[in-house]
Amino acid sequence: MLEVALRADAPAVTVPAAPPETPSRHCSRRAFTLWLIPWALLLAAGAFACLQCLVDGLHHTNMDNRYVFGLWIFLDLTVIALGAGAFTSGLLAYVFHWKEVRAVLHLAVLTGLLCYGGAVAILMVDVGQPLRAWFTFWHPNVHSMLAEVTFCLTCYLIVLAVEFVPILTRHRRLRSTPGVAVVGSRVHRGMVVLAVLGATLSFFHQGSLGGLYGVLQGRPFAFREELWIFPTTFFLFVLSAMAIGPAFLVLIARVFEIVTRRLLVPRATIDRLARLSGTLLLVYLALKAVDTLVWLNTTVPDSGLQPAWLYRQPPFGSWVLVAEFLVLGLVPALLLRRAAHQSRAMITWAAVLGCAGIALNRLVATLQTLILPSLPFEDTWAYVPNWQENVAFAGVIALAVIVLSLAHRADLLFGRHPELESSASER
Amino acid sequence: MEARRHRYTLLIDLDRCDGCGACSVACAIENNCAVPPAEAGPRKSILPLRVDRVVHQQGGEVDEVFVPIMCQHCQHHTPCAMVCPQTAVDLDPETGVVSQVVDRCLGCRYCMAACPYHARSFNWWRPEWDTSLARHLAPDVPVRQRGVVEKCNLCHGRWQRAYDRAAEEGRRELEPGEFVPACGESCPRGAIRLVDLDDPGDPNHGDAHGDRAFHLLDRLGTEPTVTYLSARDWVRRIDDPACFDRDREVSHA
Repeated sequence: MLEVALRADAPAVTVPAAPPETPSRHCSRRAFTLWLIPWALLLAAGAFACLQCLVDGLHHTNMDNRYVFGLWIFLDLTVIALGAGAFTSGLLAYVFHWKEVRAVLHLAVLTGLLCYGGAVAILMVDVGQPLRAWFTFWHPNVHSMLAEVTFCLTCYLIVLAVEFVPILTRHRRLRSTPGVAVVGSRVHRGMVVLAVLGATLSFFHQGSLGGLYGVLQGRPFAFREELWIFPTTFFLFVLSAMAIGPAFLVLIARVFEIVTRRLLVPRATIDRLARLSGTLLLVYLALKAVDTLVWLNTTVPDSGLQPAWLYRQPPFGSWVLVAEFLVLGLVPALLLRRAAHQSRAMITWAAVLGCAGIALNRLVATLQTLILPSLPFEDTWAYVPNWQENVAFAGVIALAVIVLSLAHRADLLFGRHPELESSASER
Repeated sequence: MEARRHRYTLLIDLDRCDGCGACSVACAIENNCAVPPAEAGPRKSILPLRVDRVVHQQGGEVDEVFVPIMCQHCQHHTPCAMVCPQTAVDLDPETGVVSQVVDRCLGCRYCMAACPYHARSFNWWRPEWDTSLARHLAPDVPVRQRGVVEKCNLCHGRWQRAYDRAAEEGRRELEPGEFVPACGESCPRGAIRLVDLDDPGDPNHGDAHGDRAFHLLDRLGTEPTVTYLSARDWVRRIDDPACFDRDREVSHA
């Protein structure tokens, strides 16, 4: 270990020693550049689409006065749920002292930062007057779920950025700069506080995102009964995000392993995260089933509608319930729950199914809410996102891939596990 | 002396409306609504007031009704005002009018998602008027910029003008008929009238509380104030999905 003092009278700070120089585990610079080029092109196309909307207006999208939310909001909700692995793993590692989780902590923080940062970036393109975003802090409507989302999301993004500092300071070149390692070490000391703060903020913004729809009294598909002062969707969104966050971490780690053709994460870590995800998914599905039954038998009839009416509009038929609860719900939950008995490939597929289930939930919450007119004599319109919407979000994904690739190449994401390097790849 | 509280709203007689659309045009002109390009179509147009045509069939009888739909100025848990993150939607307790503070609007469109009447429009394009139209812009009404939401504000410019006139005469109250929204003024059949629901002395007060009166989606509990009139039973149930079940429905506009 290395001891560094900033000033003569300052107490010495213990900084973890730099990893010993070892032969590179990465591909050649040429191969890495070739890997980045298509993502960079996609990022450029996404930036162009975003600029078009920002400079010339949102008429470049296929959203309209009925489909006021579209692909972007659906994907924002999805990636924010998937990025919940950051606060879940921070809580598990620093508060509950799950040692296995430490192997993916850096990956979790960076993935969370990219998910949340990407969502906020697209949100800024999605609103008509992005330069007025600060108005929410100046003229907040305390009754609005969106105001709560804005506050918590902004604060949590800052927390994630701070959490990323100690990871960034592990970079070989940055470490050689005087003081950088000390800053990283000092921030690292506050990780317990940051983990608790991040979990609290995440609880409220994940919940508020669910509450966004649950409070819509004029939208029979979305409106839910209140528990305490929040609609039930508030709690379901929190729980589903906590459940799927670890599974998404496992999925991202597995994608890294598949692309790099190396084992990077110990099996114990994958098993523990997968089991946690499976258990939480089961609890989520049980509570969601209760909520759905109450909604179909009480809330919907009380608003003067028949439940069947809510599922009459293609493509959102009753198959949505089957898919959400069974194929993309119960199946991945049980597979993840029994992760210790599954191969890495099977766990990967279970994580894919679980993530798809949460994505379907967010899609339905966004689009089926809007597709059903409250006035029964009104036309129903179709919505298909255009190339600007698709490419803009693809650009965000490309940016995430590039940043993750660079971070991995700089050895910032995964620790060294000799037992993995000596074992054969299991896929 | 404190000014009396009002609940100004529109009283729309559906049995008189023939769907000419004059109200919609007058509304757009009075309120300086931007003229969107042809590619906008109905889905991206600025329509604070639209007229829906509803056809209904029961047995062998076919009937139709034209329904002018605008902001219903909900008084309880106003859906749009509740959700706006930066207090850009305002329910004026003195007039009962729900208005949009366009200079504060973020353009997030959450209020549009919340509105069950689809009575709000987003400015998808930068507002432009050709020279001839620009000469006729109403001086009392600010134009809206791209990226904000707008809606019926019960012709606030006209209300302000009438109120200023009354103030010049030393009055704090408007006389019935002193303030008429553009839609009501333009209707050739007198189907749209202004009413103060809280003023028993208003000449339209009796109609607004009579047997023919009903509100759209009253069951949501948001207390919409715009009041529709019809003697036809099926028209009074027009917001009930059961009124349009597979056996009886013909079409909707």
